[in-house]
Amino acid sequence: MHQPVKTDYSQDLRLFRTAGQVWSYAALAVFLLAAPILFGNYLLSQVVFVIIYAIVGIALIILSGYTGQVSIGHAAFLAIGAYTAAYCQKQGIPFVVYFVLAGALTGVVGYLVGLPALRLHGVYLAIATFAFAFIVEEILARWESVTNGNEGIMLALPDLFGLKLGDTGFYYLCLAVVTTIMLGAINLLRSPTGRAFVALRDSETAAKSMGVNPARYKTRSFAISAAITGLAGVLYAHKLSFISPEMFTLSLSIEFIMIVIIGGIASLRGAVFGAIFMIMVDPVLATLKDDLPGLVANVVSVLGLNGGGAQEAVARVVNAPGLKSLIFGLIIIFFIIFEPFGLAGRWEKIKLYVRLFPLYKATTFKRQKMYLKSERGR
Amino acid sequence: MLDFIQQTIGGIALGCVYGLIALGFVLIYKATEVVNFAQGELMMLGAFLSFTFIATLGLNYWLGFALAVVCMAVLGSTMERLVIRPILGYPQFSIVMATIGLGLVVRSLAGMLWGTDDLRIETPFTGGVFKLGGLVIAADSLSIIVATLLLCAVLYWFFRYTKIGIAMQATSQNMLAAYYMGIPVKRIFSLIWAISAMVACIAGVLLAPITLIHANIGFLGLKAFPAAVLGGFSSIPGALVGGIIIGVVETLSGFYLPEGFKDVAAYVVLLVALMVMPQGLFGSRALKKV
Repeated sequence: MHQPVKTDYSQDLRLFRTAGQVWSYAALAVFLLAAPILFGNYLLSQVVFVIIYAIVGIALIILSGYTGQVSIGHAAFLAIGAYTAAYCQKQGIPFVVYFVLAGALTGVVGYLVGLPALRLHGVYLAIATFAFAFIVEEILARWESVTNGNEGIMLALPDLFGLKLGDTGFYYLCLAVVTTIMLGAINLLRSPTGRAFVALRDSETAAKSMGVNPARYKTRSFAISAAITGLAGVLYAHKLSFISPEMFTLSLSIEFIMIVIIGGIASLRGAVFGAIFMIMVDPVLATLKDDLPGLVANVVSVLGLNGGGAQEAVARVVNAPGLKSLIFGLIIIFFIIFEPFGLAGRWEKIKLYVRLFPLYKATTFKRQKMYLKSERGR
Repeated sequence: MLDFIQQTIGGIALGCVYGLIALGFVLIYKATEVVNFAQGELMMLGAFLSFTFIATLGLNYWLGFALAVVCMAVLGSTMERLVIRPILGYPQFSIVMATIGLGLVVRSLAGMLWGTDDLRIETPFTGGVFKLGGLVIAADSLSIIVATLLLCAVLYWFFRYTKIGIAMQATSQNMLAAYYMGIPVKRIFSLIWAISAMVACIAGVLLAPITLIHANIGFLGLKAFPAAVLGGFSSIPGALVGGIIIGVVETLSGFYLPEGFKDVAAYVVLLVALMVMPQGLFGSRALKKV
């Protein structure tokens, strides 16, 4: 990878490493600020969803990508954040207060979930987090005095310091939140805490012998990740304006993990790529359902075959129930086998290809296989 | 008191189902240290195949059963070849996610092929009951208990005494060293997936009269996780014992505790078990040498 030559320690602390980065991020910022003018209502609301998913993606990348802890229960943290928002708004508590409160509450819950992580690793942790998510889902459905049970709760868009936010205002709120969290995460990951996370991920034994306390840092990673997800939950609840327990199931947690797998687990940029990808799946599928049968029929009838029959067959395939989860499953498998570092990894490869042309070697990014040794004795 | 015994027996029957599914997890984990989140979906696929053979094609129950088991063995090793083999040697997280993806694919394909209605097969046990004093045991449940015990015994023997079984244990402990010792590691992987898919298929077919067959019985697999963890995840008798504990706890909490506890009882037991003794009831505890 291209690294500008550093001559000074202060260069290590800079947010942007090259002038090119400054310009490209400035352009991105201008674009995002102008988005409400450029986009219609539908697109703007999709962008808000991308932002919310990206926040969850950041949370998961901190936890899974940088600390190496697996969680198949992040939908539960999102749910806790969302329900805190819904409950507090009903009680008339101002947005700023419950936004912070939701983050703190999910942070504490995340800390508690992180406790078993001290003794568990890998698969056991995955199972523990998903058991936790099931229990939370059940509590949400049963604790009717607070959560209104399976009937769900309605929410309005938040008031910010007495100012009623419209769709555009809410967009700017989300943008501010994601920017703050992104900058916070970048800084966190190059702080001593972040380096301890990475050390724990790479080798717990080595980290321990360097004086990193696994208990402290694993629970901290869980708490931070959960708190960020809780904040995303507040925004999610306001965006959807209606929440009920069956929205926060295992499949939502799997969607979140897909953000990370598709985007790329090894860099925060991946969260954004993955979020964009995941939000685009639904509109793309809808377009496919509408247009693909007609398109195929045209192609087939140009070839002089029975166009109507083909149209019917294609329509049956694209309208089959469960097509979305089939595609999701195939995407997961595809990315894990062929693109383990996700879209962010592909982006790095393309950049390197352009820079080194024509000397690029595919093996530069070849992952080393580790032949399996028992984890039981860990 | 009679209620309690009746409920307990019901719980044991349910527990055997969990144990049977958990056996599939345990087999794959024991031999390859891969946790297969698609185990429930394999079970569902087995049940659907047996439905096709028995109800649609009208074959004899036992013949259809055997055919479904053979088909599942082939499918299991094919899945291993296509999805798991390319990512062997990568972090466990990747493999777990790949099996989740595999589960999604299998579930939605089954939904497309067999529809979303509840399907039912006639078995030789349907409707039969055994009466013992005041207790009533359905023949379906009894068939599950007997089959689980038998399978456990056979598989325990297989891992303990046969050459291939011991080779599988060696593979799980250290793949590279096993390879050096002349164990065909790749073939072991295919084989264990085939065996595990067969066990899943047996579970699916035995379960069919109780739960009916539909695309969502795969979720039962998630209920079997607590059973496997409780049993130590790599112990065959452990899966059975863990399954029975989970089954009994679930049934009793459904009977004695307020509504809602039944669904989470298994997971509460799981979390407690993980905190108190993560190695499970039958798991071995070893320390890592650096």
